[in-house]
Formats: sequence, C-alpha cells, structure tokens
Amino acid sequence: LVFTEEDKYGLYSSLLFKYFLAEGIVCGHDLFVASAKEHPDNILKELPAPLLDDSYRKELGDEAAAVKSEDFQDSMKIAWRYQNLPKMETSPTTYTKFGHYYDVSKKMSPELCQSVKLHTFYLHEELPFEPKMKTWNMNSGYAKLLQSIQRIISQEGFDGSDPQKKQRNILRIGIQSLGSILWGDDVCCSDAPEDPQSLTKFLYVLRGLLRKSLSACIITVPAHLIQNKAIMERVTNLSDMVVGLESFIGSERETNPLYKDYHGLVHVHQIPRLNSLICDVSDTKDLAFRLKRKQLTIERLHLPPDLSDTVSRASKQDLAGSAKLLSSGCGAMAIGKKHLDF
Amino acid sequence: QGKFTLLRDSRTDGSFLVHHFLSFYLRAGCKVCFVALLQSFSHYSIVAQKLGVSLAAAKEQGQLVFLEGLKSCLDLLFGEEEQPGQPSPLQFLSCDLRALFDFVRLSLGAGHGGKGPVLLVDDLSVLLSLGAAPVAVLDFIHYCRVCVCCQLQGNVVVLVHSNEDSEDEENELVVNSLCHHSDLILWAEGLATGFCKDVHGQIKIIKRLSLRQAEQDLVQIYQYKIQDRNVTFFARGLSAAVL
Repeated sequence: LVFTEEDKYGLYSSLLFKYFLAEGIVCGHDLFVASAKEHPDNILKELPAPLLDDSYRKELGDEAAAVKSEDFQDSMKIAWRYQNLPKMETSPTTYTKFGHYYDVSKKMSPELCQSVKLHTFYLHEELPFEPKMKTWNMNSGYAKLLQSIQRIISQEGFDGSDPQKKQRNILRIGIQSLGSILWGDDVCCSDAPEDPQSLTKFLYVLRGLLRKSLSACIITVPAHLIQNKAIMERVTNLSDMVVGLESFIGSERETNPLYKDYHGLVHVHQIPRLNSLICDVSDTKDLAFRLKRKQLTIERLHLPPDLSDTVSRASKQDLAGSAKLLSSGCGAMAIGKKHLDF
Repeated sequence: QGKFTLLRDSRTDGSFLVHHFLSFYLRAGCKVCFVALLQSFSHYSIVAQKLGVSLAAAKEQGQLVFLEGLKSCLDLLFGEEEQPGQPSPLQFLSCDLRALFDFVRLSLGAGHGGKGPVLLVDDLSVLLSLGAAPVAVLDFIHYCRVCVCCQLQGNVVVLVHSNEDSEDEENELVVNSLCHHSDLILWAEGLATGFCKDVHGQIKIIKRLSLRQAEQDLVQIYQYKIQDRNVTFFARGLSAAVL
C-alpha cells in the first residue's frame, strides 16, 4: 500500500499517479482507478506514452558515455582525499530491467489502453448505496469504494478463489485524492472532524484486501490540508510505504539557489518491511525530483558547490536547514568543498 | 512468569522485537496467543522461518493460536451472516473489546505443559485507529493482565507506537498508562541525528524493580543494527562501522 502525500497544487502527484497506471498497462496488469475529482476516463486518457526501448536506451547510453569520458581526466588537487570515494550517481545511467520509461509529452495510444481490463469508479456516478456489506460506521463514499474493489477482486479471481484460472494477474489500484472533501469526508477541512476514523478504517480494510489478493495500490492524499496530525500518524502506521512530495512552486525555496535544478523534494517517510526483519536501506534518503520536458526524474539531492567569492552568511541558515535533510555520505562532497577557505 | 512487557517504538519500526518474542516463546514451549492486527500470517511465518521456528507447525499442534486481524475484518464485513453463537472476535468494531478478551481467555484457558501461556499483541495502536476508545483499550489490557498474568501465571507482551511530539492524544494516553503498569519496557527509537545505514536505532531497556516500593528503575541503553536473520546490539557509539 503506497501512500503519497500530495504536493500543494497536485501537479506532481498526479503525474506520479499516472506513471503508476501507465506502468500497469505496459506490464499487462489490470487497472482499477477511483477518483472523486476527475472522471477516471479522463485520467486514463492522459497517461504518458511508453518509450520504445531501443531509442531511449541509446540516448541513455550516449549520455553515460559522454559523462564518463569527461570525468576520467579529473583528478582532484585540493580535495584529494575524496578521490577514493565512489562517484556519486545522481540518476541511474545504466539501463536496468526494472520498469519502463515514459515520455510525458506524449499521450498513450488508446489501443494500448484498451489492451488491459480497466475498472473505474467515479464517486459521483455511483448508484446510491445498497448495503451488501455492513457499513461499520464508515463514510458511505469509502464504503462504496471498498465494496466495488472487493467485488472486482472476487469476480476477477485476484484472490485465488477461482482455481480454474491458470493465469494469475495483478490488479493495480489507484485512488486519487482520498480524504478530500469530494469524498464526503471533512478530515481535510476542520481541525476536529466529525468522523476521524473513517479514513483509518478504510485503510485498514483496504490493507486486508490487498494482503488477501494479488494487488498493489497507490493512494494520493492532500496531506497539506489535513490539520489533524494525529490522523496522519495513524495513517502512516497503516500503510506500507509513505512518500511525500513537496514542490517548490510558490514557496521560498523556488528562488533558493541551492535548489535551482529541481522542482521539488521527495520525502520518504516509511519503506515497507514485508516478509523480513530488515527493510531496503539505501544510502541516502534525500531525493529530489525534476520535471524535464519529457520525463520526471527522481534523483539524489545534490547540492551544487558553493563557488561564490563571498561565502554569504545569510545562506547559512538555509544550509543548516538542508543539512538536517542530508544524511551521511550524500552531501559530503559538496559541503566539503564549501568549507575549504583557501 | 506473570510479567507484563511493553514494546514501544518511536520514529522507527519495532516489529523486530515482536518477531523475536514470538519465536522465543514458541521455542520455549509455551502456549502463545498472538493477536496480529497489522500484518498477514504469511509475513510472520516467513520471518519466523528465518529465525528457526515454523508457525504453521505450531499452529497445527495447538501451541499457537493466531488471530489474523486483517482477515477476520474482511470476513466480518464481506462475509455472509455468521452462525449465531459464534461471534467473531472482532465484533468489538460495533461495541467494546469484550469479544476480543473472550477470545483471548478461551484460547489460553486450556494449559499447555507446565509453562505459563503468553499473550502477544501487534499492535495496540491499531485498535484506536479502528474506532475503539482509549479507555476501552486500557480496560481490555487490564482484563488480559488479570487473566493471563495473575490467574494463569503467564506473560503479556504488547507493542505500541508512539512519538515524542505526537499530536495523537488518545494514543499517548494509552501508551503512558501502559508504561506505568509494565514490568519491563523495551523502547526502540530512531536515532536523534537521523537516518544511518549502520546503526538502525537505539533500544532502551527499562526494568521495574518493584512496583510498590520507590526504587529507581534500571535503565540500559544499547544501539542495534538489524540484519536478515538476527539483530546485533552494541554499546552506544561502538558500532562495527566506527571501530
């Protein structure tokens, strides 16, 4: 259960959402899209087109080769101690077999969309609630959604209930803007919502459904609107993976020269720890994203070296703030260069 | 015997302690009732196998009674009408936690050898998310303690989540109250300085020497690193990466 906190204007999180769905189509998984904001058909029309393997791999290969040849001659004169550290790769330059790449400027062709089974749930088009399940004091919008998901799972056999079906497939569920006022839940508007447990109960049952069947789910939530932090804590406990997107639009960081290459930060609040004692510990947890014309990339946050003559003290606070973000090993190179006053 | 152990985690995931206690008690031959609210049976089973215990075998032999919260919840909501007289243990979703307590009492009632039974709960904070009032949760724990610790001379181990600057008042209320009642608290915390690859966190062991007399609690602090099959503990600042 991947839980995404939306950025303020929802631009980047909807992009991430579309990537998830597009990946599902390309992999041949079935999709289930639910939304109360936009009609799911519209969402599906705007999925990015997958890039054909050959052309992109060649592009990547060229870039990587160019980078490698330049750096080879550089040997460090001043900070020679850092010579032995491995070159920090900001983005994956080698083509890995995991996942596909997408071109954001092009839309996915309708034929490709139709190649998998799509299920949609648009809250405002659903029939009034027939209680086939006990509501359990949950918001009716959520209850309808759960019932719909459960029906699809059992009908299509994702939970292994149909032993005849040889080919197992995976259901990718995407739910957009959960918890917003459009679902009938006022958890985003008021400090003391009427029914604070609807959202958490919904997540618990959804978690049960996901565990019982072959499905994966991404949910986006406008977390910046939720004032009751207690709910966010409980929701974090109930999800497997929690990722927050913070975009720089409209905030003071947009003009901060430290962040000029990026459009926002990715905060990884929680990573899944399933079926083992340990979880995937990568080197660093500071990630930033950037939206180029053709793709959205997520990279390690890499501070540019501070090459100004006057090491301005004013920006020290900013650095201190971002130093909190930086964990060991990531910014060592950049900050090291900054503090050498020669 | 007759001890109440509280597992507490802040800013990190303390579930490795739950896995440890589960395999520890099963290997010791005690009868265990495991109320697993957050993860599925297969998750615990796979980890337990790495630790050398087979949950499926223990379940078949009757040594382990496993309540899988996620599955029971689905059965309750989407299933057909259940037979009368066999209320599901999660019936509390409409009233209080009495049904859950009855389930625990019935499963641990019949003894298993000479060793006391064990109740293991993972995790208690989820009950608050599901609509139980904090007082109901505390009552439930109290009843369990009386039944398991005092009457059956068994042990109770409970996991809760908490944060130091948490705004979840109900959760904090439950956690603080349980802290005062526990004999042993194992508190897994994330490092104050942030994420680190070699030291996953710090564990504080607080042992109540006596609940009646005003003696100081014994506090020990270690840091730990979790690996695939076990967890290594070391004194603060002496992780293998540093030495």
